[in-house]
Amino acid sequence: MITGTFIRTFRLGVKSLMLHKLRSMLTTLGMLFGVASVVAMLAIGEGASKEAQEQIKQLGSHNIILRSVKPPDDPISNQDTRVSNYGLTNADFDRMSQTFPWAEDVVPMRILQQEVRFEEQALNPRIISTVPNYLEATGRVMYEGRFLNERDQINTANVCVIGYEVSRQLFPFESPLEQQIKIGPDYFTVVGTLLPRVPIGSDQPAPGDDITGEIFLPMSTGLRWFGDMQVKIRAGSRDMEMVELHEIIFKVDSGDNVPIAAAAAREMLNRYHNDQDYEVVVPLELLLREEETKRIFKIVLASIAGISLLVGGIGIMNVMLATVTERTREIGVRRALGAKKRHIMWQFLVETVVLSVGGGLLGIALGLSIPKIVEYYTDMEPVVTPAAPALAFGISVGIGLLFGLYPAWRAANMDPVEALRHE
Amino acid sequence: MELRPPVAELIDVSRVYRMGDVEVRALDGISCTYREGEYWAIMGSSGSGKSTMLNLLGCIDRPTGGDYRVRDISIGTLDDDELSELRGEHIGFIFQSFNLIQQLNVLENILVPRFYLETPGSEAEDKAVELAERVGLADRIHHRPRELSGGQQQRVAIARALINDPSLLLADEATGNLDTQTTREILELFDELHQEGMTILLVTHEKEVGARAGRTMWLRDGKLDRIVEREPVA
Ligand SMILES: Nc1ncnc2c1ncn2[C@@H]1O[C@H](COP(=O)(O)OP(=O)(O)O)[C@@H](O)[C@H]1O
Ligand SMILES: [Mg+2]
Repeated sequence: MITGTFIRTFRLGVKSLMLHKLRSMLTTLGMLFGVASVVAMLAIGEGASKEAQEQIKQLGSHNIILRSVKPPDDPISNQDTRVSNYGLTNADFDRMSQTFPWAEDVVPMRILQQEVRFEEQALNPRIISTVPNYLEATGRVMYEGRFLNERDQINTANVCVIGYEVSRQLFPFESPLEQQIKIGPDYFTVVGTLLPRVPIGSDQPAPGDDITGEIFLPMSTGLRWFGDMQVKIRAGSRDMEMVELHEIIFKVDSGDNVPIAAAAAREMLNRYHNDQDYEVVVPLELLLREEETKRIFKIVLASIAGISLLVGGIGIMNVMLATVTERTREIGVRRALGAKKRHIMWQFLVETVVLSVGGGLLGIALGLSIPKIVEYYTDMEPVVTPAAPALAFGISVGIGLLFGLYPAWRAANMDPVEALRHE
Repeated sequence: MELRPPVAELIDVSRVYRMGDVEVRALDGISCTYREGEYWAIMGSSGSGKSTMLNLLGCIDRPTGGDYRVRDISIGTLDDDELSELRGEHIGFIFQSFNLIQQLNVLENILVPRFYLETPGSEAEDKAVELAERVGLADRIHHRPRELSGGQQQRVAIARALINDPSLLLADEATGNLDTQTTREILELFDELHQEGMTILLVTHEKEVGARAGRTMWLRDGKLDRIVEREPVA
């Protein structure tokens, strides 16, 4: 009986709305766009925060990355041959690994500029000489073979581990393991390959640097063959660079200690360096900042969606008030024929909800297609959670009820005699 | 000679409209009893209180003084919901301007009062079709009101008024918007209903219309002027 009544009231609502098709359609537009923006906003926001979580995993949320940076003002810049001596030092490394109580791993890295050859092919990858801890600290994963080990360091062995890109270019059809590649003047044995990782932020090669992939050497081997002086030949001038360490990855024992450790590292570097020849990158800080930006982004989107829902709701209320006035006589007739206040109330409430839910359903459809479009044209990956359309549907029912309440109440409380006299 | 039981009773009823300081006594101390199967015309000049009285009789308005009873239920004791229920169960309303609901077809219009009953019953639709036949609109049940002539619309309204088997059929200038020919047809329909035992109260200011009723109640300035009986009390 109750469902019968409901279905009848619903059908009556649809019929009444169909009496003014254009008006009903226009009225739903506000809801349509409001709900569409809620669904799209949730999907895009969800996608953005998922992306941020991926990044946090890759950078290592416990890591602090120190990098050598060439200071901008070079005192002897107009000579043909310049020697610049800057950056992180072995002393910095020792201080950190010996005195920082939060240090779980401290990994030194040097980056060498050498050509790499295998048979007729030549490449210019980033050549990184580092220590076995690198793998642990960065959480990178071997594809095959092994990473550098302590024995390689002690023996200053001519071994290397190559990145995925280098492996793909030099050894497209065979296993690179145990192959000899030429780095600069010397031959190195490949002992392992790494899985690729997505380049992040300033890890990406600068434009113009013809860098393809990475190769890892033992620290001792790198020093022995290539020393700590690097020569860059650029547009007729020779740049000599003395950099002891290009990068130090400092892995903190727990996430809670990252801010103290970062502050201590900055403090220490500030004390021992006269120039600003280093930078401190704290992925956690970056991510927190990024999260904050995304949070603001979400709030802005939510406000826009909220405002359009509000406007949609007010639009519906406006039309329903007009409808109630227009149908005053119908209300009087129904009351005279035995309708109770609540019958009238439900009639108009259902009508409003049908309007807003109609708009809401169309809005969900539109809102689900916007993320697809965004995904197609940008590298964002919006994530539509099943909760989003459900929430949007709930919101449109809620808006319908909320903004339908007053018009319905007005209709229900009309005096039947007055309503019947209405022209 | 035994009197038939009363359907509706006005007991010293008055209805006062208050507009600021001015009081309009639209009805003033009227008492009257309407018994089962009687056919009444309520007549009087314009502004004499006919519509006010019909609204009271139809329970869409309440008296400001006195008491009104329908089937021994005093409406003073009822709240708004109970009064609505009483209207749905006991009153059949017919209006001057038909007042059909535009978005519904003939059959649905006839069924409207039935839906507001506590127990609509499953045979409602059959009954509505029957009533449509009864008022001569069997072939129009799926038409919308605007596709019908005035006379046809008023027939739908009569069928609608009858759907809940009311105790009392009320008509306010029911033929006021119709031509003479159609007026006659509608009045013949009322005659038939009267023959079948329906209690009818018909407001009109036309003598020809009032002439069909067995009793006529004349109002003047909100007061009961006189009652004229044409047929003997059965
Ligand atoms: N809502 C109202 N407010 C004030 N006065 C009213 C109202 N309705 C009717 N009246 C007055 O009551 C009197 C009777 O009106 P009504 O019953 O409509 O007369 P009739 O139907 O016989 O023409 C008139 O003087 C009219 O002006
Ligand atoms: Mg009148």
